[in-house]
Amino acid sequence: MTAGSATAPSLDQPPYAGPVIDTDIHITLPDLRSLHPFLERRWRDYLIESGTKSLESTLYPAGAAISAAPQWRPPAGGTPGSDLQVLRSTLLDPWRITYGIVNCVYGVPMIHNEDWAAAMARALNDWQLAEWLEPEPRLRGSIIVPLQNPELAVAEIDRIGPDPRFVQILLPARSENPLGKRRYWPMYEAAARHGLAVGIYAGGSTGNPITSAGWPSYYLEDYVDMAQAFQAQVISLVAEGVFAKFRGLRVVLIESGFTWLPSTMWRFDKNWKGLRREVPWVDRIPSEILHEHLRLSLQPVDGPEDSDQLLQAIRHLGSEDMLLFSTDYPHWQVDRPEDITPAGLPEPLRAKIMASNATATYGRLR
Amino acid sequence: MTTSTLARRRTEAIVDCDIHNAIPSGALRPYLPTRWREHEAAIGMRGHQGSVYPKGSPGGNRADSWPPSGLPPGGDLDFMRQHHLDAINVEFGILNCLSGAGSQLNPEFSAALTHAVNEWQITEWLEKEPRLRAGIVAAQEHPDLAVAEIDRMADHPGFAQILLSVRTTEPLGRRRYWPIYEAAVRHNLPIGIHFGGGVRGNPISAAGWPSYYIEDHTGMPQSFQAQVVSMVCEGVFERFPTLRVVLIEGGFAWLPPLMWRLDKHWSRLKSEVPHLTRKPSEYIRDHMWFTTQPMEEPPNPRHVIEVLEHHGAIDKVMFATDYPHWDYDDPDRALPPGLAKETRQRIFSGNARELYGLV
Repeated sequence: MTAGSATAPSLDQPPYAGPVIDTDIHITLPDLRSLHPFLERRWRDYLIESGTKSLESTLYPAGAAISAAPQWRPPAGGTPGSDLQVLRSTLLDPWRITYGIVNCVYGVPMIHNEDWAAAMARALNDWQLAEWLEPEPRLRGSIIVPLQNPELAVAEIDRIGPDPRFVQILLPARSENPLGKRRYWPMYEAAARHGLAVGIYAGGSTGNPITSAGWPSYYLEDYVDMAQAFQAQVISLVAEGVFAKFRGLRVVLIESGFTWLPSTMWRFDKNWKGLRREVPWVDRIPSEILHEHLRLSLQPVDGPEDSDQLLQAIRHLGSEDMLLFSTDYPHWQVDRPEDITPAGLPEPLRAKIMASNATATYGRLR
Repeated sequence: MTTSTLARRRTEAIVDCDIHNAIPSGALRPYLPTRWREHEAAIGMRGHQGSVYPKGSPGGNRADSWPPSGLPPGGDLDFMRQHHLDAINVEFGILNCLSGAGSQLNPEFSAALTHAVNEWQITEWLEKEPRLRAGIVAAQEHPDLAVAEIDRMADHPGFAQILLSVRTTEPLGRRRYWPIYEAAVRHNLPIGIHFGGGVRGNPISAAGWPSYYIEDHTGMPQSFQAQVVSMVCEGVFERFPTLRVVLIEGGFAWLPPLMWRLDKHWSRLKSEVPHLTRKPSEYIRDHMWFTTQPMEEPPNPRHVIEVLEHHGAIDKVMFATDYPHWDYDDPDRALPPGLAKETRQRIFSGNARELYGLV
């Protein structure tokens, strides 16, 4: 390949000499049938009788360049992110990943039948355990829950949560209701009970428009607009008092970008000064609460080309504890391997981003 | 009124790009035909319900903005002159009349109401006070009716823009709204998109309805972001190369990150939008203006100056107070210390004078 052409991250050089924890590795079902062995008979029959072929979301269309970096596509074809051997040989081994947290983003949020959603979540968690966490000790899992029914979600967290290989519960940014609402609190209580973090991933599809001004026309808009759903969740979690109730809770935004967060915090802080009587349980300035409880995965970096400006944007976060290294494997986010982390980061901050912020966030990685 | 307010008169004149003139109860009646007067009395205004977020003060108004006349805050021109225009040396003020007239579910009623609001603005405000300009309100969800109203009003020299609200039924880049942009270009008027709306049925966040006003208000930039993304990606500025858009009361510190985010993902996905011939950020820098209020206030004020540098279009940022609302920005305190004198002058008045042709 020639210099300057678009290439995937180099496979033979680790991006960092020290410990590396990748907080966002996507694993994908090869197809819906691979879930059959993990589904109860009733739901297997239901899928077959209804002719349901797939519940993939449209967030990463299979043919779009962004959906898989060329060198992270399985050489024999098939769905990117579906082959453990490829993950090992193209990421875990060459990049000397200490731990990789896997996220399976599947269409559970789009299901309206609560029992079916719960069955699918159970099967996905068991599949994740059997096919990924069991054979590969460097991987850690994220518990998929049926958010449609918090009671069933808690049951699933209590069923699978005791397994120490799961490090967080996984919720969609595009939820039906803002995630700070009290109906969801039993899930956070369950997460706390098991020492799990809460991850919020880019995705979900509940029928709500993807923007507060309705449905846009283009996939590019869907992708860019996802940051707005994360903004709504950040505001909701603080305003509803989730962090006042669950003092040890850590929330990780996954694949959210992060450069939008400073302006959200600045506006929130200013409004809190004028409006805090409405939310008396928010007993500290919101940015201080977020600095303590909120974390964000690194890729895709929604930053400028100018590296000085990017460092300024990182400083605008106001905390060095918030960013967690991620590759967003297998999505194609950077052309040059050196761009997988921002250039010019001061070394202590780089070390924090690469691993120690993640160990401080995920109790089960310590 | 306290004497200290009057004593605060500034030497540096400002253009205030967001002043709210309120419609006193019954004031539109003389401007409505009998058929719609009767409709208003019998049925009244109807939008989507379910967006109830009571503000921190009645009407969201400043406690000191209630005129002694008994008219509502922003509803008494004489009081507004003393309390605001004279007190802080407003050289020109842009009125953005928020009435719900443009977002009525009944399209014919919406058209009649918007026409009444515009006639009322001419008679009660523009012809009485030469410092004031106004936005034409229009039935924004029914572009044929909106265009008819714009065509009727655009020649009045008091109208400086076409006023839309940011929470729409569909993203504003979509083709159904293009006739409004065509009219704007025809009459050489900017499109002003103001905070609010939210009575068109979409939840006010991509994750549904939050509980509190502090979320409604803090979350409003999400709607502005959606509109910026939509107008750019749909190619509105390719189709209307002279169109100018002003985003009002949305803040602006979120803009540079959005420009970065758009550029980055466009570079990977541009084959989907071949009608774009330039980077998304270039359309934004050339076509979009921003008002400052509510000014973002980071703990380190230097960060705001960095944000302005990241934006890289200092000719597009314009000062606004949002008088008489509670979250009013004071011109003596809103801008960060350390701004270059020329930049301050541009933000306080130069940019708005250029955009709106204020002389």
